Amino acid sequence: MEQHVLVVFPHPDDETFGCGGTIARFAKSGVPVTYICATLGQMGRNMGKPFFATRESLPNIREAELAEACEALGIQHLIKLGLRDKTIEFEDPEILITRIERILREVRPSLVLTHYPGYAVHPDHNALGDLTIRAISRLSVQDRPIVHAHAFARDCQDVLGPPDIVNDISAMSEVKLAAIRAHRSQSQLLLARSADGHFKDQPAKNSFSHMLKQESFWTYHFS
Amino acid sequence: MNPIDKSIVQPALDSFLNREVYLHLETTNGAYAVHSQESSMTVGAYIRNGLISFKRGVITGDGPYRVGLKLELGWVYAEGLTDFEMDQEGQLLLAGHDQEGRLAVALELSFYPFDL
Repeated sequence: MEQHVLVVFPHPDDETFGCGGTIARFAKSGVPVTYICATLGQMGRNMGKPFFATRESLPNIREAELAEACEALGIQHLIKLGLRDKTIEFEDPEILITRIERILREVRPSLVLTHYPGYAVHPDHNALGDLTIRAISRLSVQDRPIVHAHAFARDCQDVLGPPDIVNDISAMSEVKLAAIRAHRSQSQLLLARSADGHFKDQPAKNSFSHMLKQESFWTYHFS
Repeated sequence: MNPIDKSIVQPALDSFLNREVYLHLETTNGAYAVHSQESSMTVGAYIRNGLISFKRGVITGDGPYRVGLKLELGWVYAEGLTDFEMDQEGQLLLAGHDQEGRLAVALELSFYPFDL
């Protein structure tokens, strides 16, 4: 049984698509979940379908969507770092590592969910995953939480091997779907495509329905 | 936003002439363009709060539209613009959305800085 789960992702919706079922499972069993969300996803290109957001209204809309998704998943504590979408890799890493380290020492999580640096496609994912790993590395070995890292680059299985953590989230699929719907500016197109069979030619493991059944992670091994 | 009406957007552009104005200019094909195999390259660029002054600004085309702003020492250019919005403070938002409603290009002008 985990004592406290800390989730660290850059964009509102990363927590839902990547590990919403896993988070909901922890929350439902009474494990406190804290989420560090680094940006407001200000530069996303999805604006809803039909689009209802503008480049200028998107941050406020996504902030409200995030609150609704956290409520759905059972995330009680949300920490927003106030960074700007697409800029994390250009910030002074030392300042961000120190901020994350301070939160780690306060929250004292037993488990951290974050992106696997180098295998998470979006530069913000890779940068924040790396900063989080570096912050955890600064804790003494006995104080370090376990890290379940999320990866989805096309080559990740070739390099990392199969994921060692495969969570069956089928009991949480409705909760995850509610959180996906809460991120409406980002999910309406996906949901519409899923409904009209757009993904039916994709491998089963990438399908939308698979996303509601299973979530996979790699345990990060500190060198 | 509403579909671009040149008879509204052209005077809106003119309202920014010969003043120091803040510019947001971007284009993107999505952070997952390569990953989702939509494109062979993930391409994007943005300027947030560039401070410019232009002496001539024109919207042209039959939709999608193009905008060119002539500066003392250069140009600002965007194509593929489809929709616009103008707020009470005079902030002008122009964007180009694809068939799925995703933003592909944006050109915005404001007398005060855009939020960070």
